[in-house]
Amino acid sequence: MRIGVLGGGPAGLYFALLAKRADPAHELTVVERNTPDATFGWGVVFSEETLGALRDADYPSYVEITDTFARWSAIEVVYGGRTVRSGGHRFSAIARRRLLEILQRRCRDVGVELAFQREAADLDAFADRDLLVAADGVNSTARRLLEPHLRPSLDVHRSKFVWFGTDLVLDAFTFVFRPTPHGMFQVHAYPFDAETSTFIVECTEGTWRRAGLDQAGEEESIAFCQELFAPELGGHKLLSNRSLWTSFVTVRCRSWHHGNVVLLGDAAHTAHFTIGSGTKLAMEDAVALGQALQRHPADLAAAMTDYELERQPVVERFQEAARGSASWFENARRYDGFDPVQFTCNLLTRSGRIGHLELTRRDARFAATVDRFFANRPDLLVPPPPLFAPLRQRALTLANRIALAVGGEDDADAGRLADAAGGRLAEAAATGAGLIVSELVAVAPDGRITPGTPGLWDDGQAEPWAGLSQEVADRGARLALRLGHAGRRGATRPRRQGVDRPLPAGGWPLLAASAVPYVRGSDVPRAMDTGDMERVTGQFANAARLAAVAGVEVLLLDLAHGYLLGGFLSPLANRRDDGFGGAPERRLRFPLQVVAAVRAAWPPDRPLWASLAASDWSPGGLEPGEAVATARALAEHGCDLLQVTAGQATATTRPDYGRFHLVGWSDLIRNDAAVPTMVGGNLTTADEVNTVLAAGRADLCLLDPRYYAGA
Amino acid sequence: MEVGVGLPTTTPGADGRCVVEWARRAEAGPFASLGVLDRMVYPSVEPLAALAAAAAVTATVRLVTMVVIGPLRNTVLLAKQAASLDLLSGGRLTLGLAIGARADDYQAMGVDRRDRGRRLGDQLAELRSIWEKGEVGPEPVQPGGPPLLAGGLSGEAFARMARTADGYVHGGGPPRAFAGAAAKAWAAWRDLERPGRPQLWGQGYFALGDPDAGGAYLRDYYAFTGPFASKIAAGNLTSGRAVNDFVRGYAEAGCDHLVLLPTVSDPAQLDRLADVLA
Repeated sequence: MRIGVLGGGPAGLYFALLAKRADPAHELTVVERNTPDATFGWGVVFSEETLGALRDADYPSYVEITDTFARWSAIEVVYGGRTVRSGGHRFSAIARRRLLEILQRRCRDVGVELAFQREAADLDAFADRDLLVAADGVNSTARRLLEPHLRPSLDVHRSKFVWFGTDLVLDAFTFVFRPTPHGMFQVHAYPFDAETSTFIVECTEGTWRRAGLDQAGEEESIAFCQELFAPELGGHKLLSNRSLWTSFVTVRCRSWHHGNVVLLGDAAHTAHFTIGSGTKLAMEDAVALGQALQRHPADLAAAMTDYELERQPVVERFQEAARGSASWFENARRYDGFDPVQFTCNLLTRSGRIGHLELTRRDARFAATVDRFFANRPDLLVPPPPLFAPLRQRALTLANRIALAVGGEDDADAGRLADAAGGRLAEAAATGAGLIVSELVAVAPDGRITPGTPGLWDDGQAEPWAGLSQEVADRGARLALRLGHAGRRGATRPRRQGVDRPLPAGGWPLLAASAVPYVRGSDVPRAMDTGDMERVTGQFANAARLAAVAGVEVLLLDLAHGYLLGGFLSPLANRRDDGFGGAPERRLRFPLQVVAAVRAAWPPDRPLWASLAASDWSPGGLEPGEAVATARALAEHGCDLLQVTAGQATATTRPDYGRFHLVGWSDLIRNDAAVPTMVGGNLTTADEVNTVLAAGRADLCLLDPRYYAGA
Repeated sequence: MEVGVGLPTTTPGADGRCVVEWARRAEAGPFASLGVLDRMVYPSVEPLAALAAAAAVTATVRLVTMVVIGPLRNTVLLAKQAASLDLLSGGRLTLGLAIGARADDYQAMGVDRRDRGRRLGDQLAELRSIWEKGEVGPEPVQPGGPPLLAGGLSGEAFARMARTADGYVHGGGPPRAFAGAAAKAWAAWRDLERPGRPQLWGQGYFALGDPDAGGAYLRDYYAFTGPFASKIAAGNLTSGRAVNDFVRGYAEAGCDHLVLLPTVSDPAQLDRLADVLA
């Protein structure tokens, strides 16, 4: 086969080497526009798995590459005037230039033709080739020419970065966070040979402009960064190699091949440098494509399909992690005031690839430091993992940080909690969870979701809760009663047969912020007037008093889920033009009035919590920025903890049910609004809970174990 | 996990006798269900008609649409057809619905594609209401009507499923893809506070015997997806080992019911599949 390779970077060279080795009859030419020794950037990082693949693919180059490797296993974080070190991460890196030298020599050894300083403006030069491998980088010509077929998308990141070298030889992957009057500057630095380290400086575009770096030349930028990071550089120099400020571009392609052209490495995909995997992914691509060609020697199309099937899911996972990582660095200011240990834990777990368990495996000493910090028990040699750290609020102590939400079966009779429902709560209390959260309890008959929703508007209804609070406490847990008013989501059928299905008969008039039905076929609710608001406020306060007398220890006010109070907060559900609609503070007015009344009616030594949507998951809906302001206001009015949710303000939202889908918002609200949070979503294991807690992304987690039938 | 098999209603060369014979033989085999696909602009057999024929020659297997493209159909007529099929089969229908992926099906039916997700959501609720109300009969044998499954990969699709359907029907892919979708189905179910749990249905393509058999059909059936068609064809399960790995992977991913869809129309496939699964 005659194979052309466009681009003489690591991916192109490595593929050419492997393909020629696999079948010396292949004719292979690598076309590169630069000279053999021209290269941008400094060192590139590899992981252990990649090394295994390289060893098996071509042993001689593996030996040469690994002979020159810088290897280390620590990550150091310089933050808040302290340096935190964690080990066991096992990195290795090599100078990019050295890597290219090795691969060029190996290519020549096996008979690959290398043509340098040859520009390819189109693909005509490869017309006689059976296969063209386009490894021509992030600005790929081949990708551009085949755009309609490959359907690439380019996403330019907002932050600015510059890739320096330094003659300071580090012994750890080093992150430096340096606040300045212009904003935060961050360093990502790591060694790659015996004399040199890579030293990337990153900041937001605003910081970059305020610091005047948009006007600075190469020399001025070096001088600026050298001075800023003088404490870390310790007299060493920053080295430039066409090192200019730039913005990272994430490349994605729907398809990686068309006809006889196939993309490799950065040409097909990039992943933000904060997870440092561009070269690793590119060389793994080369291995996969080489192997696919061997598996399908007579069928090029099948080989390219196979290659894509193998590599695309891997790359997508990295891109997803990279997206999380990049945005973490963009939002790192959120953690101002964090203890450096917890900050480091948050940083290390930023992309979801490493959790508490993995951190423990990598460095038990560091994990213990994290756990000691979290439990606030510097005295303990063996600190409890975060989920077993008690949570204290007012007079309440939860034995651990696991909450279980017990679902409703719509089996209450005229608002009186069914014995079976009490049994479910009591049973959940024996699971080991520290907190049991009830189904929604309505403050009034017209606040029920279904005729079987429990309620709390008279003494008779309070009675079962009294026994239950005690029973739950006897089993070592505490009971949170979730109090709310269904609003326009009321008068529906039992939810076994579907949610939000209106009762065919026997319903009741609905109340809402605005007279808009929740789903097609729902009754049109009445827009509340001030008289309604007063009455409903009184109903909430009354229910709080009844719950207090019954001995309930935590009240969780439902300000989310598109119910009555949540409906006021969402601009999609609240279309009022009076003092209770429009601007965020107006939409917040009535819910806040209710919170204040409940707080006044609720014993001062017991915590009051609220659930709050961070986003409506809908265009034109509530956004996280507003939710942060709302969270602050709720805290000021006596809410001790917020359950962070999203969606359901309307029935036509665009939810994201991915892994950790609510955790990012919990992190935002907890750390931007300085309010403790509870979060759930898709948390199914103790390790996930430990990870979320240890990193300071929430204070309490709603666990949803799939094997627990009682939830 | 239960394992079912598809009827050859979209594969080339299956005549009426073949479809009926297939159903009859599947009933005798180790298969828990017979599944059908839906497509308008294609020489395929209409799914509910095919299941009606299958109902007549079977007594125990579950009959499932994977899926019918809901928004293409009038909801009242679909409710009546499904109730009738449930009646004729003695309560064996599971009705899977989704929005489909092909523009030409909508064009041919003269149905607007915009907003089809929301319409499917309404349709799921309406189907239930029609069955419960009973004005448009017959009364389904299964109380409240046949179980409803809903498919799709968007967040809206998962919410729609959890709001009104009884379970989730996945569109195919490796076990890892199914596991990801299943986790979202669970999350949506909990998010909307549905009691119980979603039923999770999966599907895969197979052709045992000739490793190239079925590939041409899949590339044709999925031609509208462009380069993706060859990826789907590459996923065709063409060896006993591939089938068993797939079945094991789906079971581990929490699938309740996996339907293996044929890519060739030869009823001998059933015996081969039964042998592999045994």
